[in-house]
Amino acid sequence: MNINYLASLIAVIVLFLLAYVGVEAAGLRYFFGVLLPYLAVIIFIVGFVKKIVGWAKTPVPFPIPTTCGQQETLSWIKPAKIDNPTTGFGVFVRMLLEILFFRSLFRNTKMELREGDKLSYEWEKWLWLFALAFHYSFLTVLLRHLRFFLEPVPGCVKFLESMDGFLQIGLPGIMISGILLLAALLFLLLRRIFIPQIRYISLASDYFPLFLIMGIAITGILMRYFIRVDIAGIKELTIGLVTFHPIIPDGIGGLFYVHLFFVSVFIAYFPFSKLMHAGGIFMSPTRNLTTNTRATRHINPWNYDVKVHTYEEYEDEFREKMIGAGLPVEKES
Amino acid sequence: MFNKKLVIAGLIIFVGIITFPFWFNQAKVIAPPEVKLTERAKEAKECVLPDKLKMRGEHMQLLDVWRGTVVREGNRKYVGTNGKEYEMSLSNTCLDCHSNKADFCDKCHEYASVDPYCWDCHIDNPKETK
Ligand code: HEC
Ligand code: HEC
Ligand code: HEC
Ligand code: HEM
Repeated sequence: MNINYLASLIAVIVLFLLAYVGVEAAGLRYFFGVLLPYLAVIIFIVGFVKKIVGWAKTPVPFPIPTTCGQQETLSWIKPAKIDNPTTGFGVFVRMLLEILFFRSLFRNTKMELREGDKLSYEWEKWLWLFALAFHYSFLTVLLRHLRFFLEPVPGCVKFLESMDGFLQIGLPGIMISGILLLAALLFLLLRRIFIPQIRYISLASDYFPLFLIMGIAITGILMRYFIRVDIAGIKELTIGLVTFHPIIPDGIGGLFYVHLFFVSVFIAYFPFSKLMHAGGIFMSPTRNLTTNTRATRHINPWNYDVKVHTYEEYEDEFREKMIGAGLPVEKES
Repeated sequence: MFNKKLVIAGLIIFVGIITFPFWFNQAKVIAPPEVKLTERAKEAKECVLPDKLKMRGEHMQLLDVWRGTVVREGNRKYVGTNGKEYEMSLSNTCLDCHSNKADFCDKCHEYASVDPYCWDCHIDNPKETK
């Protein structure tokens, strides 16, 4: 047992109970269904913008892009235009590929001692694969949820739904992204729990988001396949929220409020946690700078303005004395 | 290395995307769909499951059970929790009472953005009334 993941798990269970008891026993529907979601959205947007502005204002003393290829140099040496970008366009392509396909994670290697003391490096692709599965299924679920927030529902959301549900298993039909989301989360969690090196560097702030998103996914899956809720009623609530005419329809079960509470906690927690890597990736100097380190001189923007006394000035000041003492000088007069 | 223009443009795009549902609906009052009951349904007073909320949430699961029972077990009789007997049939039972499919099933489904594929095969208006 490890205090980091135990504490995170208990925190999520407490959140579950808070919302469930708050709604079912104390009847705080308006609080959990209207006030908290609004508050969470405000915290999310303000917090996110503040974080980004803070990062943007932080000076970057040196160009520190990480490179994965030949820098542009002599004309007869082929440069790696994307992996070592010297132009803005190269940086753009590199960022795009990083954000869409997690290329740096793709290069992940695992170091291991084998057969006693043989050091080996192995290309470790599972993290990349499941990270990609996780992020894309999350995105798909999120986009599908737009059906609760838009009226009329645009055709592209309906199309996404039909693609996601094309297996047509059961009623209501299975949505692949929801299941894949939970499976990928499970991998990401077990990886932290079972690989000793990763457990060692994992903190509560690593486990908590995982458990929280699992809580969101599990309550969502329960609502869809097992403990049915009145979707038309829920849409009244969500549409009420986004049109600023909030209402609380009757007959929506506590489970929905738990899902909504988890989501509120998630987005309010977002700007203050590791989840901010979503915005941080754009602000990473190791990724978003050009590698024109040899072509251009970069000056540290917060260099202290040191009073310098160059050798030339020194010689001007003491030339006669130096000549008198027989010391060599660069200029005779 | 802070490019003011790029960062501000990025933030504006970000806030625009996040608040998309707010300006898409333009703070209109959007009424939920009102489903109409046919005379036949009004006469019956109760649906297959007497609990209306249960029916709203769970009718697709009921249909799934019906489908399985008929197709796999050949059993077409369903005894409701209210003791009434029904023939387990999508077109002949549900659409017998709810023969106004366009004003009933479809209206609600459009709102919830579901498009059941059942009507590829099942007759959707055996005797449609408005
Ligand atoms: C009060 C609104 C409402 C009415 C009326 C209604 N439905 Fe539904 N129905 C829904 C909702 C909401 C869903 C989708 C639930 C979800 O996405 O989890 C659904 C889903 C379904 C599904 C499963 C679709 C799928 O692919 O998952 C079937 C089948 C279905 N309804 C049949 C019917 C029939 C037949 C009628 C008319 C006799 C009807 N419904 C009337 C709200 C309604
Ligand atoms: C005997 C007639 C009858 C049959 C058969 C019947 N219904 Fe109903 N249905 C009703 C009545 C009456 C109501 C309104 C119940 C109420 O207001 O309490 C209703 C309500 C509903 C609702 C909730 C609508 C709302 O107001 O939100 C749904 C969904 C529904 N039925 C679907 C079905 C489906 C699916 C079937 C087939 C499995 C079916 N019904 C079969 C009579 C029937
Ligand atoms: C590929 C065509 C096809 C599709 C699509 C289809 N069905 Fe059926 N369904 C059948 C056939 C064939 C039977 C058997 C008819 C019989 O034996 O009377 C049947 C029987 C049923 C029955 C029991 C008998 C009856 O008269 O209704 C139910 C209930 C049913 N289906 C529900 C559904 C629902 C709900 C959907 C949509 C989610 C659906 N079906 C989609 C072909 C289809
Ligand atoms: C305010 C925001 C949200 C609301 C109102 C909401 C509401 C709902 C509802 C009503 C369902 C049941 C759907 C059905 O029965 O068809 C559901 C399912 C689900 N939700 Fe949410 N949700 C929200 C945000 C999220 C977020 C941020 C996630 C995380 C990715 C998420 C993940 C899921 C999953 C995985 C399901 C399972 C069913 C599926 O795959 O569609 N939800 N949600």
